[in-house]
Amino acid sequence: MEKTIITVVGKDTVGIIAKICTYLSENKMNILDISQTIVQGYFNMMMIVDTSASSKNTSEISDDLDGIGSEIGVTIRTQHEDIFNSMHRI
Amino acid sequence: MINIYEVNETNQMIDQDNLDVRTITMGISLLDCISDDPDKLNRAIYEKITNRARDLVSVGEEISKEYGIPIVNKRISVTPIALVGGSACRSPEDFVSIARTLDRAAGEVGVNFIGGYGALVSKGMTPAEENLIRSIPEALSVTELVCSSVNVGSTKTGLNMDAVRLMGSIIRETAEATKSRDSLGCAKLVVFCNAPDDNPFMAGAFHGVTEADAVIHVGVSGPGVVKRALESVRGQGFEILCETIKKTAFKITRVGQLVAREASRRLDVPFGIIDLSLAPTPAVGDSVAGILEEIGLERAGAPGTTAALALLNDQVKKGGVMASSYVGGLSGAFIPVSEDQGMIEAVQDGALTVEKLEAMTCVCSVGLDMIAVPGDTKASTIAGILADEAAIGMINQKTTAVRIIPVIGKGVGETAEFGGLLGRAPIMPVNGFGCERFVNRDGRIPAPIHSFKN
Repeated sequence: MEKTIITVVGKDTVGIIAKICTYLSENKMNILDISQTIVQGYFNMMMIVDTSASSKNTSEISDDLDGIGSEIGVTIRTQHEDIFNSMHRI
Repeated sequence: MINIYEVNETNQMIDQDNLDVRTITMGISLLDCISDDPDKLNRAIYEKITNRARDLVSVGEEISKEYGIPIVNKRISVTPIALVGGSACRSPEDFVSIARTLDRAAGEVGVNFIGGYGALVSKGMTPAEENLIRSIPEALSVTELVCSSVNVGSTKTGLNMDAVRLMGSIIRETAEATKSRDSLGCAKLVVFCNAPDDNPFMAGAFHGVTEADAVIHVGVSGPGVVKRALESVRGQGFEILCETIKKTAFKITRVGQLVAREASRRLDVPFGIIDLSLAPTPAVGDSVAGILEEIGLERAGAPGTTAALALLNDQVKKGGVMASSYVGGLSGAFIPVSEDQGMIEAVQDGALTVEKLEAMTCVCSVGLDMIAVPGDTKASTIAGILADEAAIGMINQKTTAVRIIPVIGKGVGETAEFGGLLGRAPIMPVNGFGCERFVNRDGRIPAPIHSFKN
């Protein structure tokens, strides 16, 4: 399984999750976990996504989501899960 | 599974606290390029470097994008050129041709520095090594990306005072040769004692002869992250202070380890070491002086600075060694003046002097780093400063280095501007009493008694 972490930070608005989920399903990416908080008044969401069935690599997904983020006015970041595993798991 | 708080913590370190991987440095051995024909040698060097490091920059950028962690520099270190050019080069000018080749090769592969234009003369100098050293002023003035380092002593061999004296003059000549740019050449010239073979950081990186044909070293960073973590334990005791630094250093180093492993795999070059150094940049919030202030000093340089730095350096190592099995290079806290906004301010406020910096170098990695001094500082005085710093390294069995810039045409109260990562340096006063009769003695300072361990 290829796990990618998608984080979204920005001003809350209608349809953020819908837009991202549409993109993920169109590109055969399965959402394994999703959580959301409000940090200092900002919308803050994290998704753990399995990208192994997708034809796109992390770099392409990152570019696509970056584009969607600027469309709806939020910052979307796509990162391989290993950076978090390295830092937070022994 | 990873949770949102952990993800946010990591991303805050990257976004707000300047967490980055400072450098991926590919060490490349040039020993197989050796030839007695300068043209052949230059061709072989160019080909070896451009072949080996062809994908270094693109792989670095790929990793950076995939993990969302900035990788600031991609660099190359090579075998000390005095060894590589010893057979072909008959004069300092011949060596300069190699410097030009290194510069061209580095430009071709897109790295921002190439280190290793240097010599290891801790006990004695061969004619080739002396020629290389004498070529340094011209080599650094006609190239952009080449960095030079000379090792003048070690705990095992003592100090080569002939080399120390020569380097005092070479630093002055390099300053003169690059005076139109605030003597920038000296910012790319390091004089070492106990130089490590596997240091990924410039300007002192070179690929030691004990290393494999090519190897990947990674230098991490993160003063801003440590400072932020310490803000949350303000006023607490030393135990909690130390625990916090260790935990933070562990996290930072794990990121470096991940990047190193990936770079090594994708480039098909063995992984060497992680260098645990806390390396500051001129950016606001990316300062080692800032950490010292957070620990409780009004300004870096105040009484207590050496103790605070000793504590910081030790905890960084203790946290970092658990995060990677192969730790090497310089590993500690860097205290370059021009590259650290907090250090610059401490100098400008009169809190930090050359003498206090010298004391600080006894307890942290490297030494007097990026110190700008008046342009009329004598070669013998510079040699005296080099000898003092090298003696600290020799006696304490640690690496020390000096990167000192006599800024031609400028004096105390003025500032030298180097730009980029090299930053800007307020010119610091130097003790005006002479040491000519000391540094003009020829020969070596013998190795200390505690080096005889066999």
